[in-house]
Amino acid sequence: MLPRFLSPDTADYAATLSIPPLSRRGFVKASGAFALGITLIGRMRAEAAGSPLKEVAGGDATPSLWIAIEPDGTVKITCHRSEMGQQVWTSMAQIVADELEANWEKVEIVQALGHPKYGDQNTDGSRSVRYNFHRLRVAGAAMRTMLETAAAAHWGTTLANCKADQNYVLRPSTGDRLSFGELAAAAGKLEIPAEADVNLKSRDQWRYIGKEIPSLTVPLIVRGQGTFGIDVDRPGMVHAVVAHPPQVFGSVGSVDDAAALAVPGVMQTVQLPTPEAPPLFQPLGGVAVVAMDTWAAIQGRKALNITWQDGPNAGHDSDSYRELLQENTRNPGAVELDRGDTLTALSNAPNKLTAEYYVPNLAHSPMEPVHATAEWDGDTLECWACVQDPQSTRGVLAGFFGIDPDNIKVNATWLGGAFGRKSKPDFVVEAAFIAREVGKPVKVTWTREDDLQHGYYHAVSAQRLEAALDDDGNCRALLHRTAFPSIGSTFNAAADQGAGFELALGASDNPFEVPNLRLEVGKAPPHLRIGWLRSVCNIQPAFAVQSFADAMAHAAGRDPKDYLRDLIGSARIIDPNTEGATYPNYDASLEDYPIETGRLTHVLDKVAKMAKWGRSLPKGHGLGIAVHRAFLSYIATVIEVKVTNDGQLSIPGIWLAMDAGTVVNPRHARAQMEGGTIYGLSNALYGEITAKNGAVVQQNFPDWRLMRMSEAPRAFEVEIIDSTSRPAGIGEPATPPAAPALTNAIFAATGKRIRSLPILGPTGETLNLES
Amino acid sequence: MAITLKINGENTKIDAAPGTPLLWVLRDHLKMTGPKFGCGVGQCGACTVHFNGTPVRSCQLPHDEVGDAEITTIEGKEGKAANAIREAWIAADVPQCGYCQSGQIMAATALLEDNPKPSDDDIDTAMTGNICRCATYMSIRRAIKDAAKTLA
Ligand code: FES
Ligand code: FES
Repeated sequence: MLPRFLSPDTADYAATLSIPPLSRRGFVKASGAFALGITLIGRMRAEAAGSPLKEVAGGDATPSLWIAIEPDGTVKITCHRSEMGQQVWTSMAQIVADELEANWEKVEIVQALGHPKYGDQNTDGSRSVRYNFHRLRVAGAAMRTMLETAAAAHWGTTLANCKADQNYVLRPSTGDRLSFGELAAAAGKLEIPAEADVNLKSRDQWRYIGKEIPSLTVPLIVRGQGTFGIDVDRPGMVHAVVAHPPQVFGSVGSVDDAAALAVPGVMQTVQLPTPEAPPLFQPLGGVAVVAMDTWAAIQGRKALNITWQDGPNAGHDSDSYRELLQENTRNPGAVELDRGDTLTALSNAPNKLTAEYYVPNLAHSPMEPVHATAEWDGDTLECWACVQDPQSTRGVLAGFFGIDPDNIKVNATWLGGAFGRKSKPDFVVEAAFIAREVGKPVKVTWTREDDLQHGYYHAVSAQRLEAALDDDGNCRALLHRTAFPSIGSTFNAAADQGAGFELALGASDNPFEVPNLRLEVGKAPPHLRIGWLRSVCNIQPAFAVQSFADAMAHAAGRDPKDYLRDLIGSARIIDPNTEGATYPNYDASLEDYPIETGRLTHVLDKVAKMAKWGRSLPKGHGLGIAVHRAFLSYIATVIEVKVTNDGQLSIPGIWLAMDAGTVVNPRHARAQMEGGTIYGLSNALYGEITAKNGAVVQQNFPDWRLMRMSEAPRAFEVEIIDSTSRPAGIGEPATPPAAPALTNAIFAATGKRIRSLPILGPTGETLNLES
Repeated sequence: MAITLKINGENTKIDAAPGTPLLWVLRDHLKMTGPKFGCGVGQCGACTVHFNGTPVRSCQLPHDEVGDAEITTIEGKEGKAANAIREAWIAADVPQCGYCQSGQIMAATALLEDNPKPSDDDIDTAMTGNICRCATYMSIRRAIKDAAKTLA
């Protein structure tokens, strides 16, 4: 029997991993037979003579790195990013296949191993399309040119007389045609053209880019097929779960595993090394139980008798930590951005408005908890795991075990959701460690309890906003103070406050055209592992600033949407670097991706129109609005809530306008807008991770609550702004404006201002309408 | 002790420890990985299979209590409703990551088998036990209605 999951470097990988020609006819199992005749166009040439396309903007565009055409015309496209529901298989293939002039029905995906030859593989930051759009177009177009050149040579004519069209090269003057499969071998012997000699299509020639091309994964999913991290199977594989120390840097004092070993199916236990600060991507330590199946391992873990040793985070308690953060925003912090003279303007202001906001720690909780399978063969290691970055995983493994990365293969499976959790490969190192001790392939399962209690959490934050308002209620000065433990603390034990790169996510790029603006950051020593979660640090400033704008509008007696529009002010380009901030702009240049306030007001106007802002509403209903730029995209959201007299909350409708520049697949972009918004709402309504004595309290879905079908809005309209701008992020930017649009709507409906999340919490059923 | 269960129409011999939930028997012993593990406590629906046609949480069902009931997983689920659901799912690209979707499809299929014309409220009731962190709820609701139309 074939292993269930093979890598592209395995001869018959096509049999299990490639997908059939995509049609609505359903799933047909691909045959492995053609693998014998495989022709890798240009590969020999590229490797022997070097490729002129190695340094195209965005990285290596050498066609053989991305495309293989087989004699039967199958077009295999390598996807080096991880598929986690954002439909990256489809979008990457759309870009390549369009320029290649491939027939979509002939396209198959090969999932790349983690390897530096692909350039960046870290599938987070909403940047797969942005980073790869240009170079994948060049790769596709270069291969198209080679196929046309081969046809021209065959016919003894010029390149100008040959035209690629849907897996054929045509010679219109004679009506002759040759298929890609027939041309592949000859084309593979040609020089790879330089970028200047490659013609990219014009936008009006695109067949796939910008079109609603159906997903390449869905036909498999509906049959229960496709391989997630949890689905990996290897010959002789055993199963493990790990009892992790309750606190970060806690350790095993003593362990009695007699009862665990007595559980039927349990084979052995393995003690893991205790990590030292900083956390990095080290396993957390503890004791692994290895068994014949997952259930036995879980039962064995329950039967372990472990005395835990407290670590340095033992005293950590979320209640007192909240007070500390709040205190640190009531006092001056380090100045990150300074415009005008905010402090003087505030002390001279005729009217002042102050508000404090709180967002708790959040857990990613993808539906698939993290899973990894590891298998050693002497000093070589192969892993299969639901990782967002197989390449950095390989590097982390090499460092941890002190072996050459060339002796490590990391296969990215499908990811059952990720949201940032699966770009931290601690669980893969854990699997590899246990597998080495056991001497067999091992799959490590993280249960939901592990997922919630031992994550890399979104940072808890306290914020304080102070505004100076003139007699007309206009904002003349804004002081924004924030305190949250830094992602940097996961990598540097000394990092004890939010860093510039985190403030650049929605705080230091505050778009308000106010004469005085100051951003300060307070101390926040870390006690949990802090990570990045869908939209990262945008969550807290978007909540505070967009809520505060609504509060200022109310204080001024003005319509919140008009007031917000005036706050953003004129259409202009802003640069936080000129006002003291460190502003990496999502690793994009401000030239390519300027901060354009006109695009914010445009989506704001658009969404207001969609939602019929200003319409009269039934009693108990309210509309809330918010707008935010994140991951280089501009999103405005309106939410309608209904609140009954006894505080029952529901969401009849959501409207969202998105300007993400050029969009490769509008259908899948809309899905991300819906998903990103609900992700934000679910967290805002229910999500809260708390710690007692350094240990996370929440265990499973009863106390970490997610939005369900009955709570989801009945209407959700998304409008994508038509744009020829460069492609921007899609997966994350819908999340930040969701929470403030919701709380602003609740205020409009009830007069109740919510400044502390979660709104309901895990057990809350109704809003407390008392102020 | 080995017992025999009827799974996707076939008598299947199983040798797992007493009390092992059906989910882990399916996944680890029979390598049927369509049903997924999301919580292990009956809260998420990722592990949904049919028990004599009724959707159940396989993580909560000891395999040795199945008796002679017919178990159907996503891999073996066929019929008019199942096909209508699959087609509607494909036509609308309902799944995102897909992890919850075998459970969603098993729940939605059972709903249509029981009630070929579900209202929004019927859909909420039938589907609210199946969590989707990717939040495909709006698409699921639309696709169930599309599937119902094709059955009419
Ligand atoms: S895994 Fe069975 S309900 Fe969640
Ligand atoms: S599609 Fe990802 S959890 Fe539902």
